Amino acid sequence: MIKVNDLHKSFSGEEILKGLNTSFHDGKTNLIIGQSGAGKTVFLKCLLGLFEPTSGSIEYNKVAYASLNNKQKRDLRKEMGMVFQGSALFDSMNVAENVMFPLIMFTKQSKAAMKKRVDEVLERVDLIGVDHKSPAEISGGMQKRVAIARAIVNKPKYLFCDEPNSGLDPKTAILIDNLIQEITRENNITTVINTHDMNSVLEIGENIVFLKDGHLEWQGNKDEIYQSENDALTNFVYSSELFQKVRKAQLQGL
Amino acid sequence: MGYLHDIGEYFMMLKNVFKRMTKGSVLRTLIFKEIDDLIINSMGIVAFISFFLGAVVTIQTALNLGNPLIPKSLIAFTARQSIILEFSPTFISIIMAGKVGSYITSSIGTMRVTEQIDALEVMGINSVNYLVFPKMVAMLLYPFVICISMFLGIVGAYIAGVLGGYVASDLFIQGLQVDFIPYHLTYAFIKTFFFAFILATVPSYHGYYMRGGALEVGQASTTSFVWTSVILIITNYVLTQLLLS
Repeated sequence: MIKVNDLHKSFSGEEILKGLNTSFHDGKTNLIIGQSGAGKTVFLKCLLGLFEPTSGSIEYNKVAYASLNNKQKRDLRKEMGMVFQGSALFDSMNVAENVMFPLIMFTKQSKAAMKKRVDEVLERVDLIGVDHKSPAEISGGMQKRVAIARAIVNKPKYLFCDEPNSGLDPKTAILIDNLIQEITRENNITTVINTHDMNSVLEIGENIVFLKDGHLEWQGNKDEIYQSENDALTNFVYSSELFQKVRKAQLQGL
Repeated sequence: MGYLHDIGEYFMMLKNVFKRMTKGSVLRTLIFKEIDDLIINSMGIVAFISFFLGAVVTIQTALNLGNPLIPKSLIAFTARQSIILEFSPTFISIIMAGKVGSYITSSIGTMRVTEQIDALEVMGINSVNYLVFPKMVAMLLYPFVICISMFLGIVGAYIAGVLGGYVASDLFIQGLQVDFIPYHLTYAFIKTFFFAFILATVPSYHGYYMRGGALEVGQASTTSFVWTSVILIITNYVLTQLLLS
């Protein structure tokens, strides 16, 4: 579980995050949503420890990140998996080497054991027979799956995803969303997804944090979104005509 | 102020290179890969340029020695001194700033743009050590490249001088041995070690700290070449003053 207490973050005097209080739960897909510039990426980077908060604290399983020494912080990071928006696969390595990378860096397993684990996770993300291809030789959807495989190969406690289905066709995007949700439940991981894809929100949003201008505007699950009277949230979620029709139908019980 | 900031950031990067070393077995693989990319892959262009550079120096020297009182062996002497003292260590390093420097900046810059460096950091890996340290170690073999360059430069000088009819073979060989001072080789290789360090670290700095997209990667490569060349030239002057004066 991740708990965020009165989190502030400023850059050159400009306050980006303005006192966030929230929590992200184990075994659930936690979504951070909001318009561009709302502070989602800064929030995610604070959760990852890439940005140091100006004030406030972030607790991982009741331990404040700021109270850890450098070694403990590095050890905590080894328990984190991250899926980047552009996949961030290493160009100089093939698919199998990319997935094996965290195992090589942080474990003392034999080559055979590592290979077995890589095969397991590649099979889990439905990628078979592409081990020796380079990232440039596979599709965007496949790259995302490889990134997910790399993120979970070391059995992390926390999984962070930044726009995991951006640039993907709707069908592949849903597959990726469902895959992340399944992996989260199977391994009881605390998953935090940064997205502004409304399909994802309504498909897998078990705990949704809506940011507006750096503060927490609304929090709830996908079912509560339909009932919400928060203008900022409804304007954001139902900005397209299609989603307005979906909401109308939902409210009418169709 | 901008330059001071950059200089400070460069030295901070150098300090961070030696913190939290990457796992030994991984580093070994990375170092061999960098030796292949930075050293072995540069041999062709270095050999080509060195050979013809030696040849041109010989022809130009021969054509400027019109006085019959000056011995023809001076052609070989001049070629040897020019190649060992300046052309091989400095000229080839400028060429390497373009070839190796641009490669380093663009490869690290692309990793920055595509969030690969962020991926390393999120995993708790010291990305500066992972990316820059193997390049610094690989460039320790740079004096070997310069050694080959010196040899091929003199071979080029010999072929152009003798086959071009500017100087007889025995006079050329004799000229090569006249007033040979071994310390000049020491001076050349000391310079080369400094240049290797600059060639590995300045382009790495420009790639690592770049911001933006693909266009900025190209701009960073150009800036990297300019600054690496400037620093090489200044270092060359300072070292020459210190070691030869």
